[in-house]
Amino acid sequence: MLAVLGLPLAGGALLALWGHEKWAPELNSAVSFCTFIAAILLAWKVLVSGPMVVLNEQFFIDSFNVFLVVLTAFVAFTTTLFSRPYMRNEALLSALSNYQLRLYHSMYQIFCFTMLLALTTNNLGILWVAMEGATLATVLLVSLYRTRASLEAAWKYFILCGVGIAQALFGTILIYFASEKVLGAGGAALLWTHLDAAKGSLEPTVLSIAFVFLIVGYGTKVGLVPLHSWLPDAHAEGPTPVSAVLSGLLLNVALYAVVRCKILVEGALHNRFADDLMIGFGLITVLTAAFLLWRQKDIKRLFGYSSIEHMGLMTFAFGIGANFAGLLHMTVHSLTKSAIFFSVGHAVQHSGTQAMEAIRGLVRLPAIGWGLMLGALAILGMPPFGVFASEFLILTHAMQSHPWSTPVLLVALGVAFASIFGKVQSMVWGESAGKALPHAQASLPILLHLALVLLLGLYIPPYLARWYSEAARLIG
Amino acid sequence: MPLSSQFINLLASILLLLAFAMLSQRRIRSLIRLFMVQGMTLAVSTAVIASTTNQSHLYYSALLTFSLKVVILPWILLRMIRQLNVEWDVETLINIPSTMLVGIAIVIVAFNLALPISHLAGTITRSTIGIAMACVLLSLLMMITRSKAISQVVGFLSMENGLFFAATSTTYGMPMVVELGVALDVLVGVLILGVFFFQIREKFESLDLRHLEKAEEE
Repeated sequence: MLAVLGLPLAGGALLALWGHEKWAPELNSAVSFCTFIAAILLAWKVLVSGPMVVLNEQFFIDSFNVFLVVLTAFVAFTTTLFSRPYMRNEALLSALSNYQLRLYHSMYQIFCFTMLLALTTNNLGILWVAMEGATLATVLLVSLYRTRASLEAAWKYFILCGVGIAQALFGTILIYFASEKVLGAGGAALLWTHLDAAKGSLEPTVLSIAFVFLIVGYGTKVGLVPLHSWLPDAHAEGPTPVSAVLSGLLLNVALYAVVRCKILVEGALHNRFADDLMIGFGLITVLTAAFLLWRQKDIKRLFGYSSIEHMGLMTFAFGIGANFAGLLHMTVHSLTKSAIFFSVGHAVQHSGTQAMEAIRGLVRLPAIGWGLMLGALAILGMPPFGVFASEFLILTHAMQSHPWSTPVLLVALGVAFASIFGKVQSMVWGESAGKALPHAQASLPILLHLALVLLLGLYIPPYLARWYSEAARLIG
Repeated sequence: MPLSSQFINLLASILLLLAFAMLSQRRIRSLIRLFMVQGMTLAVSTAVIASTTNQSHLYYSALLTFSLKVVILPWILLRMIRQLNVEWDVETLINIPSTMLVGIAIVIVAFNLALPISHLAGTITRSTIGIAMACVLLSLLMMITRSKAISQVVGFLSMENGLFFAATSTTYGMPMVVELGVALDVLVGVLILGVFFFQIREKFESLDLRHLEKAEEE
């Protein structure tokens, strides 16, 4: 348990000192690999002995968050594998200084630490602190290249998320206010396990106001419309490994925070208020993002908007109670989207531009071209990939409980398909004008992720299915 | 009504007045001074609440507020504007009188919103919840209407002040570990912004964020 949190923190400190050395990328990978192993061990323990509370009740692990811990540690590890050749290429192409490399490596590990802290903490206040920490760690990564556009993106990211997260703090204060009456003042009144036990007796009016603040606040980080405008900019301007972890992990963690709060509010309110809010935000997000996809010209912005769309879909899924499908979609989306960003990163280095019109003939680099093609097909919900399975489950569930929403979702998915597929096709085929990369591209993480997504689409191992159902039951 | 609770109400109204003063202040240096006074008022009100309710942990948070928001942050900000040489007047996007009118509307909304919460609160300070919420929303308004990076940051920090005041007035403060964490985040945030300002200045030669607007806004 301590290793999961301690390793990335120590890694962050070490890389702050030696992040510019030749072997820093390897050290980065090694730290992430150890974190991943520790996460697996932790998951094993939870699988065998059930939920546990450690360290004076400050940390709480159940099947819901341990699955996200493993996913986070895994994607963080594969991203470091991708980042090794990518950042070496970048260091040559964009002339990054030692200071920038140190900053990058150190902040990457700190970012992983804050995400893992947000996932494992039992204290709603610390959850907030960790989410804010994750924003701060990535602001400087987004502006790493110090171009005009990247500074603008980072500023927008900081201010919008800062304002959003301040709303979430207000929501947290309100929850504390309600719980203090039931649980008494002091540290225990913000501990999730205690709140969960006493959720029936919390004051409903206060909690419903609190949830509005919380969903707006954490929803800003999830990328819910209308507070999404930081997301495409931050994805487009930062280094690609950062886009991959932002999209694949940070958005999940923010959604996790929303869902955790939803469990409490639902228990106190005994009505569908929280659900309806999530359904509304989710649908608007899916629809808006799908239509905005059509207008994109920048490849990284395109997939940024695609992330918004999928986060909306997940929010909707948790709103209608399709928890199993929502969790599965979280997993396959983060695997697929990070694989796409890996290929996009090399594609951009190969062609020297992020404008989709100028990217042609990626199939000349087979792993990149095919990785992008298959990744795009997977994210668009083509069978036999895992995204198809989860989207199918969400749609059938929606048909049963909220029949009116299915046409909306189908239109959105259709528009998304048309916009992304057409653009990706023209980038993959055709004559290539790109130049060879100084360091060979990282094909392993791309193929590994796509293989896993394929596997999840064809066959979910029984222990994984049991794990998901257990987590889905916890969400209620 | 006991004397101490009247005193707290007085401090709360000073906070609200300060929020309006910040909204109308055009000079950055004075803006930071106002922020300092706001932090001071907050620290005093926290200490008063602590002494009347015998909540000893509130003394620590009053101390924390004082050292962070009256000493450290203004010092960092003032140093920054000296180095960056951004003493000049702030141009607001909407003119000041109309901003004030919007501000008044916001205060009314905040009081209405706070009504159900303050009915439930058992603390001696419950009448101040509306003021705390109004402070948060007024700072938000300030962030929207200002175009200079530093004034946006001051708006952000004063929003944090409003939240902190909300926490003390509804619940006698959050648990200590949370408060420390929030304080750390704020401090780190300001330090990062310091780095950031220099980068923006390097690229744009001014801290006016309107230069940042890209043509291809999606």
